[in-house]
Amino acid sequence: MALPAQKLTATETLLSSLSLPTAGCTRAAREAALARLQEMGVPGRRDEYWKYTRPDTLIAPEAPSAATFDAGEPMMFDAVERLKIVFVDGVFDAEASDPLELEGVQIERIEDICCKDIHWAKDLYGVLEARGQAPVPRPLAALNTAFAADGVAIHVTGTPSKPISLIYQHASETSDAILHHVIRVESGAEVTILENGPAASRFNKCMEIDIADGGTLHHVRAQGRDHERRAVTHIFTRLGEGSVYKSFTLTVNGVLTRNEQVIELTGDDAVAHVAGACVGDGDFHHDDTVFITHDAVGCESRQVFKKVLRNGATGVFQGKILVKPGAQKTDGYQISQSLLLDDDSQFLAKPELEIYADDVACSHGSTSGAIDETALFYLRSRGVPHKEATNLLTLAFLAEAVDEIEDKSLAEDIVSRLDGWLARRT
Amino acid sequence: MLTIKNLHVKLEEEDKQILKGVDLTVEAGKVHAIMGPNGSGKSTLSYVLSGRDGYEVTEGSAELEGMDLLEMEPEERAAAGLFLAFQYPVEIPGVGNMTFLRTALNAQRKARGEEELSAADFLKEVRAKAKTLKIDADMLKRPVNVGFSGGEKKRNEILQMAMLAPKMCILDETDSGLDVDAMKLVAEGVNALRDAGRGFLVITHYQRLLDHIKPDVVHIMADGRIVKTGGPELALEVENNGYADILAEVN
Repeated sequence: MALPAQKLTATETLLSSLSLPTAGCTRAAREAALARLQEMGVPGRRDEYWKYTRPDTLIAPEAPSAATFDAGEPMMFDAVERLKIVFVDGVFDAEASDPLELEGVQIERIEDICCKDIHWAKDLYGVLEARGQAPVPRPLAALNTAFAADGVAIHVTGTPSKPISLIYQHASETSDAILHHVIRVESGAEVTILENGPAASRFNKCMEIDIADGGTLHHVRAQGRDHERRAVTHIFTRLGEGSVYKSFTLTVNGVLTRNEQVIELTGDDAVAHVAGACVGDGDFHHDDTVFITHDAVGCESRQVFKKVLRNGATGVFQGKILVKPGAQKTDGYQISQSLLLDDDSQFLAKPELEIYADDVACSHGSTSGAIDETALFYLRSRGVPHKEATNLLTLAFLAEAVDEIEDKSLAEDIVSRLDGWLARRT
Repeated sequence: MLTIKNLHVKLEEEDKQILKGVDLTVEAGKVHAIMGPNGSGKSTLSYVLSGRDGYEVTEGSAELEGMDLLEMEPEERAAAGLFLAFQYPVEIPGVGNMTFLRTALNAQRKARGEEELSAADFLKEVRAKAKTLKIDADMLKRPVNVGFSGGEKKRNEILQMAMLAPKMCILDETDSGLDVDAMKLVAEGVNALRDAGRGFLVITHYQRLLDHIKPDVVHIMADGRIVKTGGPELALEVENNGYADILAEVN
């Protein structure tokens, strides 16, 4: 079907500003992704999936400029013993990074695997993204696969002794970065992937994660505080039998963030938890879009998203659980909640369940509300000042999402960032 | 200690007068009880004294050791030494009981210009006090009042009172929802805090709590006023004859 004129123009305008990298083994995947993108067209305001988030600045040929920001505090995860892989404005920085060597894992740049004819990543690059294009198109992910300038391929074959930390630094005010990572976790292997940093003025990041039977991947991400930055991220995860994927994202500021997670439970008894805590004010716009497909027996999925919004900030949640025929004994849970600290902020939520099996337990809930006045008074009556009591209740509201992080020291680091935000803003 | 003069209070949102001239003085070292039928304004009095929103003082005054309570924020009243044991203690999911207690205690100390209590000292004190109230370690770790039984919630109120060591304690129907054993435990907790420097105002419907917490003075409240004041025998009179006789006598 031909694209509507407006969409066609927007797509052509964007594509005219980009050129396909002439790389080796990902070339075919990139060409296929480009063809998908041309067929879908870039997202527009009239697309149902973009009803609550304006894609304009994400598809403009040039990235809107965004000032860099020195938070004046230690970087996230600084105290954590980890293997650092640093990207500056979306380009790998070998000097700032640790040597890409760690027992139980092989790490290569996408650029380096491009020249090899045979490579595991070839069967993954663009593959999960392509699978994730139905039933809902995700054109910005196809755009990413086609035009990604950098990224890493991480092959986890054992249990590395420390987390692999992807650090995204933002240096130029007009940087426009496209990164694409592929991760394969082999059977019985276990790894923790950390991500942090604002990355660029405009950041398009795609991650494809394939977890084999019995593999485990923990993912903890903290998106950078640079206020004017924009980010659209996609994580496509496929889970084999008995495998585990647990993901948590913290977002503090950023004028526009759209985080999509597309998860496919393809092996029996697999577990996928995705959680997010975000805090923002003013022109902050934060969108969590999650699509979880249960396609095997006895799988468990959890979605826990909490947003604290003030001074006119907007939070969006679109979360879907699709239970395919035969995916019996599915246990699906979804909660999205917002705490609105004033009357100007808004939370837009679209929870969806689509179930084609008859022996499943799925629940979803979505709320938005203000600080509980009764609890606030109770705390104050015990001597806790108004501000401190509000902060305590705000952290309590976010706790269910933060509790999804299994590593307690990482969770503490996250809480300290939330504390910092509250201290700065109230 | 606590001096209330001619206190008139109405609900902020509707034009309804609840307190119509309450006069009451609680001396240090004394336990005063307020009894009265439903709707007489007992709980309103406790809320107004502790600074809850939704009430408007139209006339009169309330002072704690000469400080104008009505001008103070709830947290300032707490730091000044006022404590309200809630009739319905509030559940706060996500905030640990210990965190709550320690935050409250240190906030009060800070407000009074005192040094904060160290984590170790705090822990020692809270464990000792919890033990006497039969509050186990698990209850201390759980979120504030979440999943607590009625009795556990009230014991938790008394634990807070013991930790915060206020000068003036107001107990709002602390006996409601308690069985006899739980009531005894709570009463023992309160009695342990009785001393010459501390005043108590015990609000209750029934005389039975006053069997365990012996009051020095008993007030009967009706229609927003204190209509009769007497010794402990007044509580027994209410228990035996109900409020009707006293109200008839006053009117």
